[in-house]
Amino acid sequence: MATLHTVNKSPFEKSSLESCLAHAKDGSAVLLYEDGIYGAVKGTSIADKVTAMGGVKFYVLGPDLKARGISEDKLLDGVEVADYAKFVDLAATNDKVQAWV
Amino acid sequence: MSEQIKKFMYVNRRAPYGTIYAWESLEVVLIGAAFDQDVHLAFLDDGVYQLVKGQDTSGVDMKNFSPTYQALGDYDVTKLFVEKESLEERGLSIDDLMPLTYEDEDDDWAEKDSITVVSRAELADIMDEQDVLFSF
Amino acid sequence: MKFAIQVNEGPYQHQATDSAYQFTKAALEAGHEIMRVFFYHDGVNNGTNLTTPPQDDRNIVNRWSELAKKHDLDLVVCVAAAQRRGIVDEGEMQRNGKSAENIADGFRISGLGQLIEAGIQSERLVVFGD
Repeated sequence: MATLHTVNKSPFEKSSLESCLAHAKDGSAVLLYEDGIYGAVKGTSIADKVTAMGGVKFYVLGPDLKARGISEDKLLDGVEVADYAKFVDLAATNDKVQAWV
Repeated sequence: MSEQIKKFMYVNRRAPYGTIYAWESLEVVLIGAAFDQDVHLAFLDDGVYQLVKGQDTSGVDMKNFSPTYQALGDYDVTKLFVEKESLEERGLSIDDLMPLTYEDEDDDWAEKDSITVVSRAELADIMDEQDVLFSF
Repeated sequence: MKFAIQVNEGPYQHQATDSAYQFTKAALEAGHEIMRVFFYHDGVNNGTNLTTPPQDDRNIVNRWSELAKKHDLDLVVCVAAAQRRGIVDEGEMQRNGKSAENIADGFRISGLGQLIEAGIQSERLVVFGD
């Protein structure tokens, strides 16, 4: 089954992103939103762990990036910016949603 | 109560008492038991602490809800998965956990362990098989 | 797609209820069905009619009430969690001898069975928490 994993907490505050990455299977998608967007940024201490997940597609919620003043050029390669409509679409097209709070 | 049977997983990642999530998620499990779904409980990250034996809350004056885990077997909630790496990272082993059991009516009411310790990779597979996941 | 939404946190303290609201709104705009929005843990605090947020910021409770009215949404506040946190409707007020009721428009108090049912009957459950 293809799962949409959602992560809404900063990887520097909580281990939720790390735990998500440790359980996400190839073919799944991960959406970083709210404070979770910081996990999509280049050059952080968790960046290598994110980029190592070759079989997982990453999305970051644009409105949450903008709210926090993080510009898209700061994002890791391959992370796609999504809006709420895309979030809904991802939830619908994947088989289920797993929230890592 | 319903014709459709889904694979339900309740995901527990937090320690007991510091926040209410552990207790209130257990309340969902108990109510949910009446709906005859295929129920799985996952304990990973700090969620493994919920099952540690010998909880005594008298000094903090909070309700000790750990006995409720013992009752799960009577509610036909028998599939509790505890993540091995989460235990090890916290210096725990299965011996530190409550011995939760159920009586298997399909096997002459033999007493069986409700807890299965699984690896991170195995738990990822089990999660992948679920239809609905509840996070608290 | 038939969605069920679970909101685990209260208004303003966490962004969870904001994200849930934006998701719900986007889903409705895309023509999807929102079967139920279930408020659990501190999420029940989204259902009080006693908030007076500053005028220059969003009114989270009213926003939910208005969305519910516009789209005939089922906003359910868990009774057990509500009793702990003081979200009260007429029935709860009488039953528990409380001096007032404070449930906001469009919300109703009901049991955890409503969450389970939502998990069974919906095609996707999306949880917003902390």
